[in-house]
Amino acid sequence: MRNKTVTTAHGSGGKASRELLESVFLPHLPSRLLAPLSDQALLPRPEGRVAFTTDSFVVKPLFFPGGDIGKLAVCGTVNDLAVGGAVPNYLACSFILEEGLPVADLQRVVRSLAETAREAGVEVVTGDTKVVERGAADGMFITTTGLGVVPDGLDIGAHRIEVGDVLLLSGHLADHGITLFCLREGIDLASDAVSDCAPLGELCSRLVSAAGDGLHAMRDPTRGGLATAVVEMANSAGVSVEMDEAAIPVRDAVRSACEVLGFDPLTVANEGKVVAFVSEDVAPAALEALRSHPLGRDAAVIGHVVPSLDGLVWLNTPIGGQRIVDLPAGELLPRIC
Amino acid sequence: MHLTEPFGDRALTQPLVERMMSLAERLSPRQVRLMEVCGSHTMSFFRTGVRSLLPDNVTLLSGPGCPVCVTPNRELDQMIALASLPNVTVATFGDMLRVPGSRSSLVQARTSGADVRVVYSPMDALTFAEADPSREVVFLGVGFETTAPTVAATVLEAARRDLRNFSVLVAHKLVPPALRALLTSGEVRIDAFILPGHVSTIIGAQPYAFLESEFGIPSVIAGFLPTDLLEGVVGCLELVAYDQAEVRNRYARFVRERGNVAAKSVLEETFEPCDAEWRGFGVIPESGLRLRPHLRRFDALERFTLDLPEPREVHGCLCGEVLKGMVSPDECKLFGTACSPENPIGPCMVSSEGACAAHYKYGAHRAVKV
Amino acid sequence: MCLAVPGKVLEKDGMDVTVDFGGTRRRARADLTPDIVVGEYALVHAGFVIQKLDAAEAERTLEYLREMGEHAPD
Repeated sequence: MRNKTVTTAHGSGGKASRELLESVFLPHLPSRLLAPLSDQALLPRPEGRVAFTTDSFVVKPLFFPGGDIGKLAVCGTVNDLAVGGAVPNYLACSFILEEGLPVADLQRVVRSLAETAREAGVEVVTGDTKVVERGAADGMFITTTGLGVVPDGLDIGAHRIEVGDVLLLSGHLADHGITLFCLREGIDLASDAVSDCAPLGELCSRLVSAAGDGLHAMRDPTRGGLATAVVEMANSAGVSVEMDEAAIPVRDAVRSACEVLGFDPLTVANEGKVVAFVSEDVAPAALEALRSHPLGRDAAVIGHVVPSLDGLVWLNTPIGGQRIVDLPAGELLPRIC
Repeated sequence: MHLTEPFGDRALTQPLVERMMSLAERLSPRQVRLMEVCGSHTMSFFRTGVRSLLPDNVTLLSGPGCPVCVTPNRELDQMIALASLPNVTVATFGDMLRVPGSRSSLVQARTSGADVRVVYSPMDALTFAEADPSREVVFLGVGFETTAPTVAATVLEAARRDLRNFSVLVAHKLVPPALRALLTSGEVRIDAFILPGHVSTIIGAQPYAFLESEFGIPSVIAGFLPTDLLEGVVGCLELVAYDQAEVRNRYARFVRERGNVAAKSVLEETFEPCDAEWRGFGVIPESGLRLRPHLRRFDALERFTLDLPEPREVHGCLCGEVLKGMVSPDECKLFGTACSPENPIGPCMVSSEGACAAHYKYGAHRAVKV
Repeated sequence: MCLAVPGKVLEKDGMDVTVDFGGTRRRARADLTPDIVVGEYALVHAGFVIQKLDAAEAERTLEYLREMGEHAPD
């Protein structure tokens, strides 16, 4: 690459575009399906039902402790497939680059995206790059579209949640959201928090194998945090859930940052966690399966589906009290009151 | 030393819960009405689950202790108008952003292009002012005696640095005059007050003496952790049961009898008391602060001319009554229907510690579990 | 009405202090507690230390609460 920054010429479709593709993208994406660089990828017919999802990533800053926008763009999409019980296979990546973006930053992101894809077992088979004028984007936006396969016979979703189910969480809450928040301008918090951004395919398939038909539903509690994931699942299943605050793992550094900012860790984003409803009989095996994986080492039973008609999510507090858990309202803002 | 954990330990909260129950039983069938003045108490009572443990004959009323909530539309309109001026950056706490004034909110102003920045400390606003001397930076000073000294110290620092492009909209309020106004109005029956712990770190216990001497009402200064909250309730019930009207300090690890003397002198050097308008109360004598004459150059209202129409109130919004403890949030017809945290009509629904938001978020309005 | 969080003063340079809240650190100002020293615990609100912890009082409170537990009827 001769240029040190991305220019509008790189989005022209001409020589410069080709150069960007060949020097920055292709060396890291060794896909037989991508190599022909045709307008579409031709995929073999899959066995089972096809799961299909898309997501856009506009994270700021582009690089953060524990990850970057490239890693996040793979994890976000792969995880949406994985929590549906799908084995993620293919990824399409679309980049919107702001004119003036350092090529070195782009290289770093592409390398990270490629590494994460390898780790997640997905192949990047098609993609696109556009360059917009300075100010029209914030450094870089990435959209990824993922395709996976759900094995025949597997039926998971909120409709299967029932009274008596056990609620599992794969690890510590709020690491991603707090890490990103502490990097924002004007907040000036130094934190030991590290984003939990990670691909969950393998962890989810261990859960699928261990729990079998006893695995009723899974979600990755991203934006809106655990509160949103559990409340939405409980609402769509029409059940009430009781969670135990003392059982929910939160790291000290994250808890203290939440206290300073006035946040509830239950409503802060995660990017490498899964919550699952499993039937009581398979719960010990399911917990064991989660804990056997590095990403689920700190997994815990955090609640139960209870026989009640109110359809609410209750939190038992450590002192023996209760409160209702609800969806957070609007953007998280640090507060002093 | 663990600063928070022991105060949430069930081994320590359980005996307090039992004591609370037996005191309530002794007082039964009398209904005891306690007012937690502070919005952070409102929130903490819900969040820790202490509220769910309260005996049936103990009612917890929320008082005028959420700074965002008591800020009247006139001041909110001024803030939004300042933010909308060309070449002005407005810095404020996150709490203020979504609060609706008569016609708009800071967040709406930001959407229309205003430069509104959320800060954690008022000192951050000085940093903005120094970074770009060509822009005017206005800090929106809201909050009670806890927050006012931080803004006072910031103004003194701005004077030391001789900053010419920094000013403050001073909308601070003082707690004791509001309590006096509440009691004088006689609109609501209160058996005891749970007094705001963090305001008290600054002012101390002494300024509440009038509760006892003039109104014969007992009160307890309490902190915000589970044992603190329970001690607040237990203390109030004890005083009510034994018919004693003293001011009890149950947050002695941070609250001294005379408060924080250094902070009070920073306040004194910067501000003088003035009459101030409160939502729901109207003007309360000597309940606000204004910059002293030698610091008036930092007063945003002196620096900018705002020509604003008379403030408007939303028809049907009962925030004013909620702040006085006259109605509970779910008695407002707008509560949970037209007014919710996603689409707030009154400030008590916006501030996360507003009584309406706390009731909504923690579901006091919904089916109580059987 | 005022969210204030207790932490430990790690560094002090004039009126600027760094406070550790247990894995989270923030700079704060000591204008309101000028005599605070490194190692002391304090309450921070809006970027300012607003009061120092009285450790003896904290211990006294805990002691009182523990005693209450011991004397409570079963």
